[in-house]
Amino acid sequence: MKFKAMTAIAALAVSMPALAFADADDDTLVVNGEIEMITKAAAPAHLADTLDEVISGWHMRSDETQIMQADDFDNPGMIFVEQAMDDWNTVNGEKGKSCASCHGDVEESMTGVRAVYPKWNDSKETVYTMEMQINDCLTDGMGAEAWKKSGAKMARMEALISVQSRGMPMNVAIDGPAEATWELGKELYYTRTGQLDLSCASCHEENYGNHIRSDHLSQGQTNGFPVYRLKNAKLTTAHGRFKGCVRDTRAETYKPGSDEFIALELYVASRGNGLSVEAPSVRN
Amino acid sequence: MKLSILTLAVTLTAGAAMAGPVAPADVAYTEDGAVEASLSGMAGNVENGSKVMTTKSLGNCVACHQISALSHAPFHGTVGPSLDGVADRWTEAELRGILTNSKLTYEGTVMPAYYVVDGFTRPGNGYTGKAAEGPLDPLLSAQQIEDVIAFLATLKE
Ligand code: HEC
Ligand code: HEC
Repeated sequence: MKFKAMTAIAALAVSMPALAFADADDDTLVVNGEIEMITKAAAPAHLADTLDEVISGWHMRSDETQIMQADDFDNPGMIFVEQAMDDWNTVNGEKGKSCASCHGDVEESMTGVRAVYPKWNDSKETVYTMEMQINDCLTDGMGAEAWKKSGAKMARMEALISVQSRGMPMNVAIDGPAEATWELGKELYYTRTGQLDLSCASCHEENYGNHIRSDHLSQGQTNGFPVYRLKNAKLTTAHGRFKGCVRDTRAETYKPGSDEFIALELYVASRGNGLSVEAPSVRN
Repeated sequence: MKLSILTLAVTLTAGAAMAGPVAPADVAYTEDGAVEASLSGMAGNVENGSKVMTTKSLGNCVACHQISALSHAPFHGTVGPSLDGVADRWTEAELRGILTNSKLTYEGTVMPAYYVVDGFTRPGNGYTGKAAEGPLDPLLSAQQIEDVIAFLATLKE
């Protein structure tokens, strides 16, 4: 891993404008003084009627929270990445294999993977999240037990794999065989749920930049997931976050790993196409 | 146990005899979404109204609206317009309509309907994330809505 002691340089890279606007700020994010993050990008073509620009949730956080993400020594999420590195190299299951037995050095074999997930899996003929692929590797490849969906082990392995793509723009495919799933995700994104009768779009498309109580609403992008949340000092997966947001509409949520959340993950990821993979980002 | 159920039953009967709160399904809306009559049949209490508006588990109006008169409560949101001077813009009946079912005044608004109990997708059991058990209660009671309207009526410029 490239843990570099460049705190001072990283601090300089995060420029702090004096004005605190309600909208996204103009700060720039360079991690470890070397990985330049694309935190604002022209909206992908499928959003042309809706948004001009897609914006990382990093822009909506306080300066203190933002700066934690600029250096791996200050990013509490990196502890979990290190733990996942141990998991990567640990033999597990009946076949006596580790992840490394098949994939070698994670820094080489997993580069670019996070940027294209979720993606169509030809042999399984369905859209696969990274989590589904990891569990297939565990059960079929290693003869081990699957990990709990959105659980702590899963979240940290997703973080380790995501780190290998940091800075690369998200680029999930939404056409071809993935299209039906993407359409389902889109429908869910715009469906109002619960007694508060709110959809993802009510908060993250119509009202990003506004505050709900003390929360500064972002576009609800997933390029930073899994994220480290200061609130509970753990990594949260995208499905975990979706669940919390749906619950907050006073609705019955979907389950992490459900077909609905898989479809929503693909759709929401596609809304962030062009933004850099940031995981593990830091959020409040 | 038995005693309190009995007391409750008596109170309910007495309330009904006095033409108590109108049920959410029976609210009479004008063509423009206003509601002329008090939902509870009684006047509202200004102080309770301000409590309902600032309390997270009740109206939580400040989550979306800024209200200078309630600046003692922290973190007013910006999703909705400022409510300062709202009584100059709307009549009491219109304000009651906005609160009872905001969607009849503003099509497609993100403001919740505080006195509607059906027509929702996947209604939950409060904020538990679990499915609702049985019929929903409105987000606010008839009297709480009247209290909020009494408070809003004081917001003149
Ligand atoms: C009642 C308002 C509300 C609704 C409805 C809502 N969210 Fe959120 N969401 C929030 C708030 C508040 C946050 C935390 C601040 C932020 O990042 O926007 C958040 C955060 C997120 C984040 C984290 C973004 C980041 O960069 O850390 C994602 C992803 C997200 N929401 C997705 C969704 C999806 C998908 C839906 C619909 C299933 C949804 N939200 C519905 C209020 C909402
Ligand atoms: C989730 C956000 C949200 C919440 C919570 C909310 N509102 Fe609103 N409210 C709005 C929005 C948005 C509008 C503007 C209508 C529109 O354009 O959709 C509005 C409009 C209004 C108006 C008309 C304002 C004007 O200036 O003409 C009143 C009055 C009002 N709300 C009162 C309340 C009260 C009282 C509560 C709580 C009991 C409340 N609102 C809770 C979002 C909200």
